[in-house]
Amino acid sequence: MQQRTPLYDCHVAAGARIVDFGGWDMPLHYGSQIDEHHTVRNDAGMFDVSHMTVVDVEGTGAGAYLQRLLANDIGKLNTPGRALYSCMLNDSGGIIDDLIVYSRASERFRVVVNAATRATDLAWMRTQAEGFDVVLAEREDLAMIAVQGPSARKRASQVLPDSAREAALAAKPFHAVEMDDWLVARTGYTGEDGWEITLPGAEAPAVWRRLEAVGVRPCGLGARDTLRLEAGMNLYGTDMDESTTPLESGLGWTVAWEPADREFIGRAALETQREHGVARKFVGLLLEGRGVIRGHQKIVFDDGEGEVTSGTFSPTIGRAIGMGRVPASAGGDCRIEIRGKELPARIVKPPFVRNGKICIDV
Amino acid sequence: MSDLPGDLKYTKDHEWVRVEDDGTVKVGITDHAQNALGDLVYVEPPEVGSDVIAGDSCSVVESVKAASDVYSPISGEIVAVNEMLADAPETVNQDPYGEGWLFAMRPGDAGEIEELMDADAYQALLDEEG
Repeated sequence: MQQRTPLYDCHVAAGARIVDFGGWDMPLHYGSQIDEHHTVRNDAGMFDVSHMTVVDVEGTGAGAYLQRLLANDIGKLNTPGRALYSCMLNDSGGIIDDLIVYSRASERFRVVVNAATRATDLAWMRTQAEGFDVVLAEREDLAMIAVQGPSARKRASQVLPDSAREAALAAKPFHAVEMDDWLVARTGYTGEDGWEITLPGAEAPAVWRRLEAVGVRPCGLGARDTLRLEAGMNLYGTDMDESTTPLESGLGWTVAWEPADREFIGRAALETQREHGVARKFVGLLLEGRGVIRGHQKIVFDDGEGEVTSGTFSPTIGRAIGMGRVPASAGGDCRIEIRGKELPARIVKPPFVRNGKICIDV
Repeated sequence: MSDLPGDLKYTKDHEWVRVEDDGTVKVGITDHAQNALGDLVYVEPPEVGSDVIAGDSCSVVESVKAASDVYSPISGEIVAVNEMLADAPETVNQDPYGEGWLFAMRPGDAGEIEELMDADAYQALLDEEG
């Protein structure tokens, strides 16, 4: 049975092309995903991300629980309102999901995990909670709207309650403010500035319409994918899964090895992998000429092979970009097998685009 | 959904054909096709001067979503390609029956054009595909 967010009718009214995404009816675009992409890079766009799974984690044992559950260390969140990007690993160091955790108070956290992995994530989180004084509460009553782009916060601030506007605008990146049942976090999945706003589902349609009225453009999943790939951000299920560790997914930076005595799930497996040398690495790809890079295409080197995990045409750069897994020693020029031909490409270090600017040597 | 131009002929692979005053024909993809593909990012045109047989894949249109072959609707010689599409492939999405034409041909056999579908028949095909 297909699921719909509280904003479904708004999407249909705006002319969205609706597609299935992990069992949800979601907008692919509202006319042109390339135009929507440019609007986010240059102005302000918004995404309905209400299909994502929001779990409140509360109790005297919440901190200890999350310090064991997550590969990144919530101990870094020393003030309320700070956010952290982390992987959640299994005992083999494989990635169960990637997520953002917000600290709301010393014993209150909010975790946002992916939509497609909801059932696995919740089952795992609940099992791992045994023995901790913690309560997990899934917040199906909340919707989420991501407003992104250089003008996004300024425009969106007009729909915030007066009492919260100043505090919200003052929040630094990866910080959040709360007002009533709203949580406004300066996080995002596009490589542009902006907010991700969680709010009661019942209020979402009116807020979406007010955001439209102040010039924030509805954008769909198509633009979301080209934006996040330009920003060098991984997509779970495509760039990594339970068979890959953070060290071979370009996510080594999200693993907090210090303090050395923090026993997080998967630590031992990662330490072993690190000792033996990680055999594969995760890289960015740029096609030299015309064509589109797509997942599962072969990456060819003189002395080895790799595989594309994500690929697309970058509207900002005007060329195809991608990410993929290659042998640890690979680098420089390569070829990508596209529709039977080996086309010249090169390995680059993501991000490709941030804050509207191209970051790589094209 | 959108109105099909009544003066064009159509193929089951969602191409359209317009007979020009000088006897050449222009070929493009239909609104249904551009909508299914999404924003186009590359158009690989056929080679001007080449001879093609009806049903040959002679061009490729590529979107973020997928690459799609365009088949020659009739046999003949490619006499022109729409050069605007090299820098502005999105023209195909914006104006598929007009400025978004892909290539022009000199037909080998005018009879082949008559055998193509008219607007009603193509619409019936679309209705069937659902």
